[in-house]
Formats: sequence, C-alpha cells, structure tokens
Amino acid sequence: MMFVVASIAVLVSMALVLARAILGPTLYDRVLAGNSFGTKTVLLLGLMGYVTGRPDFLDIALLYALINFTGTIAILKFFRYRTMAGSMDDMRGQS
Amino acid sequence: MADYQTTLSPILIIDLTLLALLLVCAVAMVRVRRLFAVVMLSGIYSLLSAAFFVSMDAVDVAFTEAAVGAGISTVLMLSGMLLTAKREKPIKTGRAPIAMFVCLIVGAALVYASIDAPAFGDPNAPANAYLGKMYVENNWADTQVPNIVTSVLASYRGFDTLGETYVVFTAALAVMLLLGIATERGGKKKLDARAMEAQARREYLEMQAEKERVISGGND
Repeated sequence: MMFVVASIAVLVSMALVLARAILGPTLYDRVLAGNSFGTKTVLLLGLMGYVTGRPDFLDIALLYALINFTGTIAILKFFRYRTMAGSMDDMRGQS
Repeated sequence: MADYQTTLSPILIIDLTLLALLLVCAVAMVRVRRLFAVVMLSGIYSLLSAAFFVSMDAVDVAFTEAAVGAGISTVLMLSGMLLTAKREKPIKTGRAPIAMFVCLIVGAALVYASIDAPAFGDPNAPANAYLGKMYVENNWADTQVPNIVTSVLASYRGFDTLGETYVVFTAALAVMLLLGIATERGGKKKLDARAMEAQARREYLEMQAEKERVISGGND
C-alpha cells in the first residue's frame, strides 16, 4: 500500500513537471523540466517494481538515470557550442 | 479453454495515469509553436512511454525507447532545429478536417482490431501457449546458442533482424547527410579563417544576447 501511495505521489509530481515543460516560459525551465521528468521516471520504475512485487528491474531504472544525465549534458552542450561534433573550445570569441 | 480475466490492480491505475499524461503531452506537442519546447516534450513523451512499457513487462522495448527516444533523438532534433527556424510557422487549417477524419477512421480501425487480440498476459494466447514454449524447448537443438533471446533475434527471426539493420543503417546515413555531423562546421558553409572567427564572435554575441533575453523571461 505504501508503495502505491508513493507511486501516485510521483505521478502527481510528473503531472506538475509536465505542466512546467508545456508552459515554460524560458528555455532553462524546459531543460530542467525534461531532466526532472527523467528523475521521476527512474523513481516510478523503482516503485513499480515493488508494487508488482518483482523488484528485478531496479538496474534498468539506474540505467535510465545514466541516460537522463547524459541527455541533459548533451542538450546543454548543444546550447553552449551550437554543434554536435565541434570541439569544446570554450575560448571561442571570448578572449 | 478457461477465460482469462484481468483484475483492477494498482498497476492499472498507474497505467491509466501514464496514458493520460501521454495524451496531455501529445496534445501539447501539437499545440506548442516553439520548437525547443516541442523537442523537450518529445523527450518527456519517450520517457512516459518507456515507463508504460516497463509496466507492460516489455523491459527491452522500454530500454530502447528511453535510449533512442529520450537520448539520441532529442539531440538529433535539436541539431535539426539549429539548421531551421526556432518557431513553427502558422499553418493553414483548410485541410485539417479531412486529416482529422482520416486519423479518426484509422484509430477506430486499430481499436476495432485490438478487440480480437488476446487479453494482456493471457496464458492461452498463441504466443504464450506454444510459441514461447517451442523456443525454450527446441532452442538448443536448433541453434546451439545458449541465450534464447539472442537465438530468437538472430536465428529464428534472422531475416527480420537483417531488414531492421538495413532500415537503421539507411536512417543513420540519411541523418548524417542531412545534419552534416561529420563536417567541421555542422553542415554550414565553410569560410576562410578570419571570416570564420568573425562569424564565431558574432554568433557568440548573439547567443549571449539571446541568453539574457531568455533569462529576463516572458518570450513565449
């Protein structure tokens, strides 16, 4: 029962984060919304394993956390450097 | 054959909530005009459907969905967006009713087809009744591959997997050509060094200005 209540709480917070991603207003709100939605997915997967009584998929949830982290880094790198394969030369036009 | 009944369980409530969120996300993706928001929403959509797949016990599909949908395609969409406009152009709604009609017909046909499908997790369904059992029993004699999932993918469904590989290879090639991933300037025209530096400086200043504009907020 405890896990069901926790899952519902996570689902409610997912709805709130989704609202933030839709409403914005700034770019960083949406990046943060995407990132925290990934975190909520990890939590929900963990809880769902215990709701069904088979917590075998916890490692999958952990891998989602890794994907989420890498994805956020990729998006932010994109907005910094404007290219995917470009060098991470931070001094461009700055000195 | 005994009837198989699904029961109302907590996992069903979670499923329904996830599907409702998916619907909200999809409608928002259609309505929002700012392309960056659409890219982020499509990432969220992938995460939601991945969670949904896990609750349907399709962990491998969920894993692919999260890695490809939320990870790679978000980045690909962003790099595509950088080559085009930041906002979607307003579209003429003249033909929208016809498209809506076609979508509704196709959706209704799919729902009608799903009525005949066996219930979720039905032990009497053909896939569960004898096909899976056949793989488990005959795998070693047929293929001598110790991992049954590998033998199903690479031997029993070998041609299917080969076709998939062609599709993925073609898609990857097309994306690389479109985005110019392998080129130094990300598909843009290459200028001489001094002009490039000037452009880099200009872009950087633009970016700074945009960042300040974004941080000061309220541009959507």
